[in-house]
Amino acid sequence: MSTELECAVAEVCASVGGDRTRLLDVTRALQGRFGCVSPQAMDLVARALGLPRTTVEGVVSFYSFLSAAPKGRVVIRLCDDVVDRLYGYERVLSAFCAELGIELGGTTSDGAITLERTACIGMSDQAPAALVDDVVVTELSSDKAREVVAGLREHMDPRRLVRRLGDGNNAHPLERSMVKNQIQRAGPFLLAELVRGEAIRKAASISPVEVIRAVKTARLRGRGGAGFPTGMKWEYARAAPGERKYVVCNADEGEPGTFKDRVLLTELPDRVFAGMTIAGYAIGARQGILYLRGEYAYLLPFLEDVLARRRADGLLGRNISGKHAFEFDIRIQLGAGAYVCGEETALLSSCEGGRGDPRNRPPFPAQHGYLGCPTVVNNVETLACVTRILEAGPASFCEYGSDQSSGTKLLSLSGDCGRPGVYEVPFGISLREVLALANARDTAAVQVGGPSGQMVGPAEFDRKLGFEDLATGGALVVFGPGRNLVEIAQRYLEFFEDESCGYCTPCRVGNVLLRRGLERVLAGRAEPADLAQLESLGQTIKATSRCGLGQTSPNPLLSSLQRFRPLYEALVRPGSEGRRRSFDLERAVGEAARIRTGGRHG
Amino acid sequence: MAETLTIVLDGRELSARPGQTILAAADEAGVWIPRLCHKGGLEPYGGCRVCVVKANGRPVAACTQPVSPGLVVESDTPELTEQRRILVELLFVEGNHFCMSCEKSGNCELQALAYRLGIAAPRFEYLFPARALDASHPDILLDRNRCVLCARCVRSSRELDRKQVFGFAGRGAGRRIVADAANGLAGTQAHSDDHALDACPVGALVRKRVGFAVPVGARLYDQLPIGSGSTAAAPAEKP
Repeated sequence: MSTELECAVAEVCASVGGDRTRLLDVTRALQGRFGCVSPQAMDLVARALGLPRTTVEGVVSFYSFLSAAPKGRVVIRLCDDVVDRLYGYERVLSAFCAELGIELGGTTSDGAITLERTACIGMSDQAPAALVDDVVVTELSSDKAREVVAGLREHMDPRRLVRRLGDGNNAHPLERSMVKNQIQRAGPFLLAELVRGEAIRKAASISPVEVIRAVKTARLRGRGGAGFPTGMKWEYARAAPGERKYVVCNADEGEPGTFKDRVLLTELPDRVFAGMTIAGYAIGARQGILYLRGEYAYLLPFLEDVLARRRADGLLGRNISGKHAFEFDIRIQLGAGAYVCGEETALLSSCEGGRGDPRNRPPFPAQHGYLGCPTVVNNVETLACVTRILEAGPASFCEYGSDQSSGTKLLSLSGDCGRPGVYEVPFGISLREVLALANARDTAAVQVGGPSGQMVGPAEFDRKLGFEDLATGGALVVFGPGRNLVEIAQRYLEFFEDESCGYCTPCRVGNVLLRRGLERVLAGRAEPADLAQLESLGQTIKATSRCGLGQTSPNPLLSSLQRFRPLYEALVRPGSEGRRRSFDLERAVGEAARIRTGGRHG
Repeated sequence: MAETLTIVLDGRELSARPGQTILAAADEAGVWIPRLCHKGGLEPYGGCRVCVVKANGRPVAACTQPVSPGLVVESDTPELTEQRRILVELLFVEGNHFCMSCEKSGNCELQALAYRLGIAAPRFEYLFPARALDASHPDILLDRNRCVLCARCVRSSRELDRKQVFGFAGRGAGRRIVADAANGLAGTQAHSDDHALDACPVGALVRKRVGFAVPVGARLYDQLPIGSGSTAAAPAEKP
């Protein structure tokens, strides 16, 4: 006789055809059903898919949304990003804790509700926000937190927590979300009228090589932040030998403060999928994958529906645009809470169902990507730009922007400004102009490009956004007067520490020490020499880390230290009475004192 | 005769073969680039980052980066040596490495690297993590306190022993070696003859009951510093 768990594992594994590269889907499904993937479930899954047990355990222990230990029937994940902290995270957290009678990380005694923290969920313009299972709740206050708990206690159905629907497709029957788009400024890209299928028809009327030429003529560069020329990436993948090739759309926007891809996927999903299809035509791929971050699971039914309609309309599948050789389809891979999966090789590992450990390069994905096949990985916005380029022509695309940064860019603006939301601006716009658009006054600092970017002060507000000056994936977090910039840097370091995959030494260990060091600075337990040591550690982490996460993780510290050094210097003092400030006498003798007085260890 | 190309390592011209890594080319030429997770005969891993060099000015791991014609590589520079010291110190403070009581002392590559790089004591605070021990196997001990997460056991077991014994779980500072069974190493096909045991550069994976067969003072790195003459690891201690 089989247990419920055995039946469920068999059923879930059968639903993916026993395909071991769908391990992430399998473990997600079991987590949803049982509130955990228990050690016993790991054994069963390993056997059913013919995988080593370590592979299953490795995955379950890697992603934040999976767990070996049981969670409540509903999980509230309160976002603790910097912006949420500026706008009342602590109050909301206290309200949740008080109302549930548990601490952060705990589960109510009846096993109903678990309360956890989570990194940025892409709602910085409507913070504080939380995920209740897959349902997003935004603009939280302590009152709203109490309402959420009361609602759950009554019906345990997160979907019923949504009372007022957001604008645009957020109100679509398949979304029914309270999320708001907050498009504050639309330009030629967001305003363009979409004629469904037009870009694909135009692409199909020219050769794949001509499509790549059009993308190169438009001088399109990757919108995720790194700015690699898209046409060149496609050329490499097209030239790489291989029968099967893949197009992967990176919709894992996890950089704290970024949310513009969420708005694109909500309002212009056809343009994103068309871009993937055109990329497939250009490089000779018949299969595409949209990697959707787990935090955006609420978009999944809506996006699946868009895909179904495109299949019905002949925009996906065989003989696209009546062209015999033009075949392409798209599947959506849902993530499970891991920032590092935004790194393209980690994303590919995750698409293959594994841990999101980045890979060694070379080989690059264009040669050796998904399942070892030539693969292009492009950002959501980049692919939507491709569709625009085919629709309107490269010349029209280049009318905006600068030489090295053509076109317009979507920005995610949040923090201390009057109008947070999404802005479409031409590349080359100054930071000052953007701040004015957003009604940001007396701005003390802007985090450009999220924590992996730079913290910039007023002296540099005339710098221009673009690859030739201030490169950014589009996240601008604004800090007004009176914000504690050192503490903000420390929070961002905490984020990287949590999100490091742990593969390489500098990122795994160095980030822990950086964060602890900065904590001591904030606590007044650091000396001037400690700042120099933190700097040299930060430089080493940047220079020696294996992937982009570690190579940028010290930026919150290094860039704020460079521009706001007096803030740090005011916090450090030389040691006194012949001992280092970091030496905590009470703590050092505390344990001995406890033992002496017969207290408990620890 | 296979085609060769020339690279420059610390001002010296070396010949290398296309497809070779910088580290392999340096080894063949008898130039030692410090390394820890790398072990000849195993798939390069690129995890410890001790072998990071500058190739045409860009930092890359010598163990994974292929050579290219005319590549200019810097390795033995004050800047890179200081970086390596920091990396090795990070590995020391991350775990619980008590050399004076460790049976691997003298044959330990981490310890030997520290001596070779001139590290007397780490400048960083010790993190003193609480890490679980796996003593379930009758002949093998897995002591995670001394593990440096180099994946040598994972790779050796898979590539040389043709077994599935080890893997990684957790992420970030929580990353750890796990055995391929719910009840630990005892539930796996691990055997005390496995290459995986010889591959461990530190005292994380050891054979039981043979720890002090070779006395301290007569061990590999008691004689010569790591990287002198040969790049071979310590000979395994067998009963």
